[in-house]
Parts: sequence; C-alpha cells; structure tokens
Amino acid sequence: MADESPKFDKSSRYTEDRGIAGAFEGETVTRRRLMEGTVLLTGGIATMAFTLPAVGFSLGPVFEDTTPERWQDVGPTGDFNDESYVPRVINLVPEVGDPGKTTIYVRRFNPERDKEVEGQDNQPYVAISTRCAHAGCPVRYIQASQKFVCPCHGGVYGFEGTVEGGPPVRPLDRFYTRVEGGRVQIGDRFSLNSDLKRYSPRDPGAHLDGLWQYIYPARPTT
Amino acid sequence: MKLLRPTPPRPGRNGPNGPDGAPATTKPGVKETAVEGTAEVVGWLDERTGTSSFLRYFLYRKVPKGTNWFYTLGTATLFAFLSQAVTGVFLAMFYEPDPTRAYESTSRITNEVFLGEFVRAMHKWGATVMIILIFLHMGRVFFFGAYKYPRELNWVIGVVLLVLVLTMGLTGYLLPFDQRSFWATVVASNITAAGPLVGPYLADFLRAGAEFGPTTITRFYSLHMLVIPGLIIALIGAHLYLVVKLGTTAPPWLKAEKKDLLREEV
Repeated sequence: MADESPKFDKSSRYTEDRGIAGAFEGETVTRRRLMEGTVLLTGGIATMAFTLPAVGFSLGPVFEDTTPERWQDVGPTGDFNDESYVPRVINLVPEVGDPGKTTIYVRRFNPERDKEVEGQDNQPYVAISTRCAHAGCPVRYIQASQKFVCPCHGGVYGFEGTVEGGPPVRPLDRFYTRVEGGRVQIGDRFSLNSDLKRYSPRDPGAHLDGLWQYIYPARPTT
Repeated sequence: MKLLRPTPPRPGRNGPNGPDGAPATTKPGVKETAVEGTAEVVGWLDERTGTSSFLRYFLYRKVPKGTNWFYTLGTATLFAFLSQAVTGVFLAMFYEPDPTRAYESTSRITNEVFLGEFVRAMHKWGATVMIILIFLHMGRVFFFGAYKYPRELNWVIGVVLLVLVLTMGLTGYLLPFDQRSFWATVVASNITAAGPLVGPYLADFLRAGAEFGPTTITRFYSLHMLVIPGLIIALIGAHLYLVVKLGTTAPPWLKAEKKDLLREEV
C-alpha cells in the first residue's frame, strides 16, 4: 500500500515516513532491526569474552618474561685463563631438566687482544654461548686454530666469537659474568653485532647489522 | 524404501492369503521380527532427522564420465586423517606431555603397552602416508584442472589444509622427545625466528618464551591434538560441502560429446 500513498518517503530516516506499520514518531530504527543488532552484539560480546582472554593467554609468553635472573657458578677464578677457552655446562632452563642444559666457553678477559664490548659493564670474564647464530646448532671451539666451528652448515667464528665464514649473521652470543667470593658466575644471555656492540638476546638468524637489524625487532620484554 | 514404510491396509486386501482371504495364521518368525524391528527403528530415526535423504544426496551423486581411480585420492586422505585421529586419541591415553616424562611414556608405549608399538607405528607411518596422499590428491586436482572456476575456493581451502597438516607434522615431531625431535624443534623454531618482522614473535609464541622451556612441549601437544585437528575437521567439512555442492570435474582428456550443443547453450 505504501506505493499508492505519495506521503511516504522511502529514503527518509524516520520509520514513520517510510510507512512501516506501528512506527513511532521520531523512530529511526525499526524494533526488529534493533533486536537483531542487540542479539548480534550480545553474542559477539559473549564470544569475545572467552576468545580474547584465551588468545591473550596463549600469546602471553611473547610479551611477558617470567624467567628470574639467575647466576650460576662455574668454578673458581683459578680455573680460567685468558689464552684459551674452558668448556662449562650451565642450565639455562632448569625446569626442563637435561634439555635445558647448554655448553658455554669461558675465559678471562684479555685487555691486550680483546675488544671491549660496547654497552657492557666491566666484565672480567668472557662467556661465549655455543648456540650458532645461523640456525642454533651447537658450535665447538677448536684450540689449534682458535676458532669456533659449527657442524651443521659450516659457520666459522674467530677467537672473540666474530663471524669469519659461513652463513651466520652475527657473532656468537655471550653471557653476563661476575665474580663473587673468588668464584665465576654466569648470568643472562646477550647478543652482539659485528662491532661487538651489546644488544638484548636475539634468536639465531636475527641480523644486528646495517639495515637488516630493523626487520628483526627486539623482544617486547627487553 | 519399501522396508521403511509398510504398505497401508487397503480394502479388499486383508491378508497374505489374497483378496478377501482369511488372515494369516502363522506368526512371524524371529528373522521377520528382527527385520521389521530394525526397519522400524531406522524409519523412526529417519523421519526425525532426514538422514536417508541426506545420504542419498551425499553418496548417490551423479559423477561425470571418465571418473577413475585418481578420484579416490581425496577420500583416501580423509581416511588417513581418520586413522590418525583414532590412533592419536588412544596414544593420548598413555602419553605424558612433560619434559621429564615425555620420553619415558613414549618408550613405555613402544615397549610395554599391549599393541602400543603397533598403534604408535600406525600413527607415525600414517602421518607420512597422509602427507604423500595429500600431495597425490593435490597433483590430481592440478593436472585435471579441477581447481578452475567454480572450484577455486576449494583449492584455497585445500592449501590451508595442507599447511595445517604440515604443522601437525612439525608439532607431532617433538612429542617423542628424543634427541632428534628436540633438536629438530630447536632448529625449526630458530628458522621461524629468522623470518623478518613477525618471525621472532612467532618463535616466542611457539616456544612459549625465548628458550625451549618447560611449557613448550605442552604447547606443542595442545596444538597437535586440539587446536589444529579442530581447524582441520572444520575445514574438511567445508571442503566436502563444496565438493558435493559443485560436483566433480571430468578428466581433461574427455571432450564434450555435443560440441555444437554446448556452444549453443553458452
């Protein structure tokens, strides 16, 4: 019947003008449409109420670092010299047992040949991680050539852990060191760029030099 | 369908003895009763669910000429998935997703549990079989041109399913927790981290932290047996729905029989 009556205006925002039965004066949304919207909104809120916390829960570890600061004893200061590395086993993640253990190479800092690590506090010891900066395989130190060699893809690092060959993108990571009561203690991991500037710990494969460093952001927790 | 709906009584036909004959005197035997009873139950269910019309529509579709054994590869993949699902559920009864218990419980399944070695081997080799079948199925669809209009969306769903199944392979590989699976996961998460921009975040999400930690294995386990299978089941549903809705294609070597007619219709 609406077509026959010229007073109805289909483009009007008021339901009354559009000739909808039972319309109130000044009403712009039909009651059916309002109820539709309410049901959809309620359902949406209810769904989000359990989905968002669940997603946040699973993403939590990306944004929250729950590991406490640990210092691990690796022996008396007399065990280490500044000419060669001594292998030590520390436990990075004690909760998982054996898989959390990793080998590190420790020596005394040698002011004559070592370059100071930029941004690092005065640390009398150098503790090098064996995690290759390419894909994370364990590297081995070879004293005869004074190089670290990775068995997986042939990455080679010099005495200070800087890249000398193969696919690694940055020097080997290091750990903070300190001396407490005549004993050497190992702290958290940090990463280095090719100028031995200190960065927060990165994953293997993350560049820290040139333009490349900008497409490998630091963790939000650091 | 005759079984499901007994003939209604008609005037002049009173019994098995013919028109206007005396009613049957022999009682129905056990077999007849059983058949009748089953038919009644099936009929009751069907009347309320419409299963038979659905099954008729689903299973008795018309297929194009030239349909051959290559067309069974999708169903073969589906059955490989079902086999994985069933064996996986039973393996979960004995497996303990804990870094200190995972290897122990896996070796217990292999060495002590009755048929454990068999079920675990089914799951392990079945995974490989499933991947092979998926690629054969994908090759069939590709070489037969079955991805073309109007089936592009089904190809896209299939590719997502392929990625999900590969993710199943990745997450399942860690679970036995021997040296190989541990280092494979370490390297896999490092490769993930080597991806630009989102890589480091994705790797932290996978590992539940910066290092392989105490909850990495439970996370992989949850992804492997709850999250990804759920997505796969949902997408298989969509995949099959589109197959039934759109039908299958004829092999490319089959020419239309009435070319002129085809042209006219177009």
